[in-house]
Amino acid sequence: MLGETEPQWLSEEVKTGTTIIAIEFNGGVVLGSDSRVSAGESVVNRVMNKLSPLHDKIYCALSGSAADAQTIAEAVNYQLDVHSMEIGEDPKVRSGATLVRNISYKYKEELSAHLIVAGWDKKDGGQVFATLNGLLTRQPFAVGGSGSSYVYGFVDAEYRKGMSKEECQQFVVNTLSLAMNRDGSSGGVAYLVTIDEHNTEEKVILGNDLPTFFDQ
Amino acid sequence: MAAAASMMPIFGHQISSKIDLVPDWSREEVSTGTTIMAVEYDGGVVIGADSRTTTGAYIANRVTDKLTRIHDRIYCCRSGSAADTQAIAEVVSYQLGFHSVELDEPPLVETAANLFRASCYRYREELMAGILVAGWDRRKGGQLYCVPIGGMLVRQPVAVGGSGSTYIYGFMDSNYKPGLNKDQCLELTASALSLAMERDGSSGGVIRLASISEDGVERRVILGDQLPRFSTH
Repeated sequence: MLGETEPQWLSEEVKTGTTIIAIEFNGGVVLGSDSRVSAGESVVNRVMNKLSPLHDKIYCALSGSAADAQTIAEAVNYQLDVHSMEIGEDPKVRSGATLVRNISYKYKEELSAHLIVAGWDKKDGGQVFATLNGLLTRQPFAVGGSGSSYVYGFVDAEYRKGMSKEECQQFVVNTLSLAMNRDGSSGGVAYLVTIDEHNTEEKVILGNDLPTFFDQ
Repeated sequence: MAAAASMMPIFGHQISSKIDLVPDWSREEVSTGTTIMAVEYDGGVVIGADSRTTTGAYIANRVTDKLTRIHDRIYCCRSGSAADTQAIAEVVSYQLGFHSVELDEPPLVETAANLFRASCYRYREELMAGILVAGWDRRKGGQLYCVPIGGMLVRQPVAVGGSGSTYIYGFMDSNYKPGLNKDQCLELTASALSLAMERDGSSGGVIRLASISEDGVERRVILGDQLPRFSTH
């Protein structure tokens, strides 16, 4: 029809404007993410799980362009499977992070996704790696995505060394809740993954169970 | 603190540009890329700011005072273009002083905030100014009004502004609760500004704090080595 233009979101790139966080504790890691996928102003998926498995005990958190992030995660999942068969044992977290970094760096001009890789292996225990723009760095905790800007102050103030697993889970939930309240591109529910030597636990926290703050 | 203009005369076409002979920062506008914060408490209001003014990557003033007196018990925190905010603050100071003489009593904080909003809204296309207006008056006690870029006016119990403010929204949301006393507000503001100054390249220097109440204005400075410190830095 003449003069009728399609809605903006049909032509906008799908982004996981997001909040993601990963933190290590003695014996494992906790990863967390929100669940909103936006295309322009439209929310195209309000329940997407952005914590993607790379291996049994290695997960990555996706942010940036949804397509780019998913593709990197699936490619590395395949490469890690092959690698783990070759060495005959579970892969190291650093190996997974390096594979992600190699793709992010080689295609840094074409891709716009940032993955945080975290997991547990028997050599170094719980580890968190940031792979922004093709660097590789191990950190006690990492935040990423559009919502992370709003919580840098909070995580800087609240983080302490030597937190227990439950404290880390609470820290992740609080951070996600604060970011989701301020960032228009983050929202929905909170997904949590806790990885330690014995198991990998996935959890969902629904909107009304998230912590609230003084103006809510 | 005017922007240092490039001193080169320009003859017709700039084919061979001599612009590279002067540093980048002498051609940038001076901005208070900043972190400012204010918190209301029962009986007054606490305001705080960092002290960095930048022209591009050069720090033009590392000990700026962004807490500007508008009247005896009304101050404003300035963020955005240094020139724009200074000019607006001077205009409002004048208007408010005149109004107060006409009234023969101290002006209301809400009046000051409305004067700011009137200028910021009317000239919204030309200005880049984000201002927090805070003070004490007899009618409503301690009050804080936010006049962000664009010229909106809203009263809030706690507010942050400037480029560094994005990093402390989460900290502010989680640590502020209604009913804090003056010392708790000062501590909250100092901690929040310290966190923002650590993350935002355009904020830094010292922390300037002031508390405004019926008894007057109490100013203090927290120097670099006394800034609140956190385990990550």
